[in-house]
Amino acid sequence: MPTLEQTTDEILKLAAAHFKVQREKLSPDDDFFEKLKIDSLQALELLTRLENHFRVELPDYEMQGVTSFRGLAERIQSRL
Amino acid sequence: MKKHCGQAISWERTGGVIELALRREPLNEIGSLTLDELEQFIEELEAATSQASALIIYSTLPQGFSAGADLRELYEKGRKLARDDRVAGVRQFLERIHRVLNIIDASPLTTIAAVHGVCFGGGFELALACDIIIADKMARFCFPELRLGLIPGFGGVPRLERDVGYAVVRDLLLTGRSFNVQKAQTIGLVSQVASEGEALCVARATAAQIAKFDRHTSIVAKQFIKPIPYNELRREIEIFCTLFARPAVEEALRKFAESTDRQPYLP
Repeated sequence: MPTLEQTTDEILKLAAAHFKVQREKLSPDDDFFEKLKIDSLQALELLTRLENHFRVELPDYEMQGVTSFRGLAERIQSRL
Repeated sequence: MKKHCGQAISWERTGGVIELALRREPLNEIGSLTLDELEQFIEELEAATSQASALIIYSTLPQGFSAGADLRELYEKGRKLARDDRVAGVRQFLERIHRVLNIIDASPLTTIAAVHGVCFGGGFELALACDIIIADKMARFCFPELRLGLIPGFGGVPRLERDVGYAVVRDLLLTGRSFNVQKAQTIGLVSQVASEGEALCVARATAAQIAKFDRHTSIVAKQFIKPIPYNELRREIEIFCTLFARPAVEEALRKFAESTDRQPYLP
């Protein structure tokens, strides 16, 4: 099973690629709404991409209060 | 059936397939305008049925199929009315949308919802009225009504019960969570999954296959295998109107309509 750091890194790569942001400009503790300049619909899109990529089901209510990439990774890690 | 381009929807018939495109920015919210145009479409649909074998419903908007009922319109229209008038207005809207969806549900045509992106609330209910849901990998389904103190009101509960197991229905309705297409296919809601952006293409191929078969047989088979839960649909309207009368719902609608929160679509 991947480590939390590995999962976080994959999320950062995926988010950077899809939302066309330079990977180097993203850090694990960044607020993904602000860094990616996305709204809640696009956050759902990100969630769907992460579910597809990691092959997990992540109820969106688990996103409550989650605003960092590391936070996303922790939620995903708990489902791997 | 003549090609028609409305503000909220457009439609045309090409050979034996009628295509209904949802096109109201920002995300096909279903309010008065869309309902008016759907009612117009239904009239033409009934007249054109003998010339077609399938109906495909899809969205032209990149973010998804439909975000559901136009909650901002619902709030704005209701806030000027006394409670009883507000509830009466909602009941009238529900009866009209139920008539539209019941006609689609019972149509002699084989109906296909080609879904991508967000398919929430009333949009999900529109898809559920179809015989087949084909969704792409980015489709996401949800009944978020619980978040407003409501239940689905466009016929979603009886139609979801018709298609999936009761345990799943309870999970979805009582948590108000959204779920992806893999889950949707696993529970039997979505019958075919397409690559991102390809749901309409797959729907057209499916419609072409459907067109090969004897129409009378297809119509009889559909009536046999797809009962329409008319009693439960009527009961859903009653329950919705009872809940809608509560002050907590008006407050929830106000919060949604006035929110500048960056997470309105997240629970």
